[in-house]
Amino acid sequence: MAEAHPVGFQWVMEAKRRGATVIHVDPRFTRTSAVADLHVPFRAGADIAFLGGLIHYVLDNELDFREYVTTFTNAAEIVGEDFADADATGIFSGYDPETGRYDPISWQMEGGGYEAPAAGMRDHWEPELREHHAAHASDTAGGAGEQAHAPADPPRDDTLQHPRCVYQVLKRHYARYTPEAVASVCGMSTEQFLEVARAITRNSGRDRTTAWVYSVGWTHHTVGAQYIRAAAILQTLLGNMGRPGGGILALRGHASIQGSTDIPTLYDLLPGYIPMPNAHLHEDLRSFLDADAAKTGFWGHMDAYLVSLLKAWWGDAATPENDFAFGYLPRLTGNHGTYGIVRDQIDKKTFGYFLVGENPAIGHANGKMQRLGLANLEWLVVRDMQMIESASFWKDGPEIETGELRTEDIGTEVFFLPCANHTEKSGTFTNTQRLLQWRREAVHPPGDARSELHFYFHLGKRIREKLAGSTDERDRPLLDLTWDYPTFGVHAEPDPESVLAEINGFDADGDHLSSYTQMKADGSTSAGCWIYTGVFKDGVNQADRRTPGSEQDWVAAEWGWAWPANRRTLYNRASADADGRPWSERKAYVWWDAEQGSWTGHDVPDFEATKPPSYRPPEGAHAEDALSGTDAFIMQADGKAWLYAPTGLADGPMPTHYEPVESPVANLLHDQQDNPAREDIDRAWNRLNPAMSETYPYVFLTYRLTEHHTAGGMSRFLGYLSELQPEFFCEVSPALARERGLEHLGWATLISARTAIEARVVVTERMKPLRIGDHVVHQIGLPYHWGSNGLSQGDPANDLLGVVMDPNVHIQESKVATCDIQPGRRPRGPALLEFVESYRRKAGVEPGGIT
Amino acid sequence: MGARTWLGEWPIFRQATGPDPLGRGAAVQSPRTQALGPRTADADEVVKSVCPYCAVGCGQNIYVRDGRVTQIEGDPDSPVSRGRLCPKGSASTSLVTSPTRVTTVRYRRPYATEWEDLDLDTAVDMIADRVIDARRRGWQDTDDDGRVLRRTLGFSSLGGATLDNEENYLIKKLFMALGAIQVENQARI
Ligand code: SF4
Repeated sequence: MAEAHPVGFQWVMEAKRRGATVIHVDPRFTRTSAVADLHVPFRAGADIAFLGGLIHYVLDNELDFREYVTTFTNAAEIVGEDFADADATGIFSGYDPETGRYDPISWQMEGGGYEAPAAGMRDHWEPELREHHAAHASDTAGGAGEQAHAPADPPRDDTLQHPRCVYQVLKRHYARYTPEAVASVCGMSTEQFLEVARAITRNSGRDRTTAWVYSVGWTHHTVGAQYIRAAAILQTLLGNMGRPGGGILALRGHASIQGSTDIPTLYDLLPGYIPMPNAHLHEDLRSFLDADAAKTGFWGHMDAYLVSLLKAWWGDAATPENDFAFGYLPRLTGNHGTYGIVRDQIDKKTFGYFLVGENPAIGHANGKMQRLGLANLEWLVVRDMQMIESASFWKDGPEIETGELRTEDIGTEVFFLPCANHTEKSGTFTNTQRLLQWRREAVHPPGDARSELHFYFHLGKRIREKLAGSTDERDRPLLDLTWDYPTFGVHAEPDPESVLAEINGFDADGDHLSSYTQMKADGSTSAGCWIYTGVFKDGVNQADRRTPGSEQDWVAAEWGWAWPANRRTLYNRASADADGRPWSERKAYVWWDAEQGSWTGHDVPDFEATKPPSYRPPEGAHAEDALSGTDAFIMQADGKAWLYAPTGLADGPMPTHYEPVESPVANLLHDQQDNPAREDIDRAWNRLNPAMSETYPYVFLTYRLTEHHTAGGMSRFLGYLSELQPEFFCEVSPALARERGLEHLGWATLISARTAIEARVVVTERMKPLRIGDHVVHQIGLPYHWGSNGLSQGDPANDLLGVVMDPNVHIQESKVATCDIQPGRRPRGPALLEFVESYRRKAGVEPGGIT
Repeated sequence: MGARTWLGEWPIFRQATGPDPLGRGAAVQSPRTQALGPRTADADEVVKSVCPYCAVGCGQNIYVRDGRVTQIEGDPDSPVSRGRLCPKGSASTSLVTSPTRVTTVRYRRPYATEWEDLDLDTAVDMIADRVIDARRRGWQDTDDDGRVLRRTLGFSSLGGATLDNEENYLIKKLFMALGAIQVENQARI
């Protein structure tokens, strides 16, 4: 955190000054470790073993925050009889080895109808799942088409003793994750593990909370989503969610990566986490909502959120008669994530590509795959400030050097369009804590540089003009689109506040909405992203509020605007007990004021303001009315935090330790070596190192440096930053340096089944050899910022990586893989190909290639 | 110049006798450095902004003179950052004034070995034609089972995490209207 989010880290130091214990669990020793109370080095890819061990420790010693657990989680509910745990094999019930996929029917709760998860995979289950549950839906579940109800009264055992209650199922699942076992998997001592376990359990409860902070070190794995789940289970057991000083904090790496997830430039989502419709399941708006939306909890209003979105996009053309133009939306048929797109580019199945402030030739796993995609396009539009490698690959890419590609043979037509920078346009970024902050335009962009707002607005206008008068039905969505933003200035820049106002939404009278609770499903309201509704409350740009921090309390609610509803801590109802009283004076945050009959506190309550703690839903209640006064997790159909997830995940209802696909060791906890449901791309340009390979014996991990930013487009081209970190390097331990004859500040060549790259050697005690079972595992650290362009140049670390993916989110395993390392520089030209091929032959890997 | 004056202007003397014993301020100033002022002092305008690098979202004050950015400092008002910037945020001035920044359209014809110039308006028009063409060729009305797809796989987009919310919104909206489902960004990486 001190390295990649330095200014955010000041708050960790503030906490430390006030007595907090800072523990850093990381394969590397970094600036964070330097100031932490405890640094626990461990093996990359072993996090679920570690977190599972902590869950085991909590359950085995009954150290959970019992009152919180019984009030706010599904611990007492009963898992159905058909469920079989992963046990020693590492495979849950429902796995089909033919397809490599799970059918989650057997994971369901007893007596439960189909429970729509609050997020993730909602639209991805096979149709059978819903059909199965539709067939079993009882009348109490709300009747036909209402199977997404959480059952009003699921069977439960509040003593947590029933052998199939979630608490016991969880306890059995993690029984094998003993301190000794997980310490051995992670490469730490049992004492180190127990020190962490004792510290976090001591520091959780009524009067204390513990926070977990992670970054892509947790997401870049074939089991990435389950890493986060494991942390969620632990934090929920310890009562650390929805409370001040608690939570699981994702530190995200780009100025508005949170915003680009909320208003998603992602294939599987519509704004505000509404899933994209899927061709297999949905014909019309009603059936889409029936299948996808929970009927209880705040997702019970998905109809209002979605209809308002359709009204924002298609205005008067969206009518009750035409399903509010729901049919205008394109449909998905499976995974259209970025790696599949690139594979299709290589296969010439897709022809054009826009790259907007992203440099995949350097920043993505398997750089060769990325560049081959670019080289097989018909046209490419790059919008950036500097001449990045993804724009110039046809001239100076690594494949030109090896002779795999020739400039004269590359047919890609490239448009490089300069873009405006952050001082040259107004607009909002959403930071990592969901805070929208408005930037004001300071100067005009130079030359041909334009904002993306300008480019896409005018491109859309141009396309609409060219297709005007078309009678082709497929052009209707384009021609009916609301696309008339006011413009200003010589370049006709669209007014960004008008776009933000559209995102916020309007009521039937054309007034700005102030809350998503005002939305209607009858087409009388519009809003481009329901969770952002309120950012233009009262016609005021709330994201531009700038009351100085020094003039506010510690919540600082008057600076910018956080979604939803300016709540700074989500699910903060859980900061009070069942009766609405703060868990302790010290940790008071939001509480029930019985006299006023409302929730109040330091933050905006994440709960209906006047719903008393004693509220119990009547039979057949809908949406939030179906949640009781203690159901703090209001986006969940049952209002509960799920310790066990009966739906929503593609690789099991509880996190299980699997080894990385490229691991030097066997899985010591389960028979199954790696994630059985992971996604592969089996192609010549994406060869994988075999697990436990002697040819590729070392683990490497990639990371960021403080002085550079992602693929380097905004840092390698700048003098100061290039001086501060002038060269690509690898960090190795003195023991590994001895083993391979590496010299400090000399050169090293790193080899995987993909390619070989060279880096300067930094021999440092910061890298520690780890003992895993009877193996000594060496880890190599690689910052991934470099490429051939800019002031500071070097080989791209990402070229060393292959692509294997998590089945939930289709994110690649790029935080851990294997390689060999040898002293000296890498071969040049075609000799490099032969060198890499010789390694593949030795390891028994199929030949590489570019097709 | 008398010896006293000469001595009085000698930095080591001033350091030893004056209020700046560490020699970090007045003691080591020359008439030239005395005349220097910070770039922030003569700005026409200070504009409120946010750091463009990571997602901490540190506040920035942009100092502008004669229509140009002259300096970027941390914004002390921000409760997120309290005026601090890390090395990247502190380098923002060199980001926005970089001499290697490309400010004109560059165009590479298929199979060409060099870049060419191209007029921006022409470029946007050519891109619009290519979008329409790729959209048509990649169009799918239904799948093999007759289920409605109403989409194109002819082109795709990557990027968004460095952009504004308003910009991501327009990209998503336009691509959905075009039937183009292949929109992705850094959040998948
Ligand atoms: S100054 Fe540094 S920590 Fe702050 S937002 Fe910028 S990059 Fe992140």
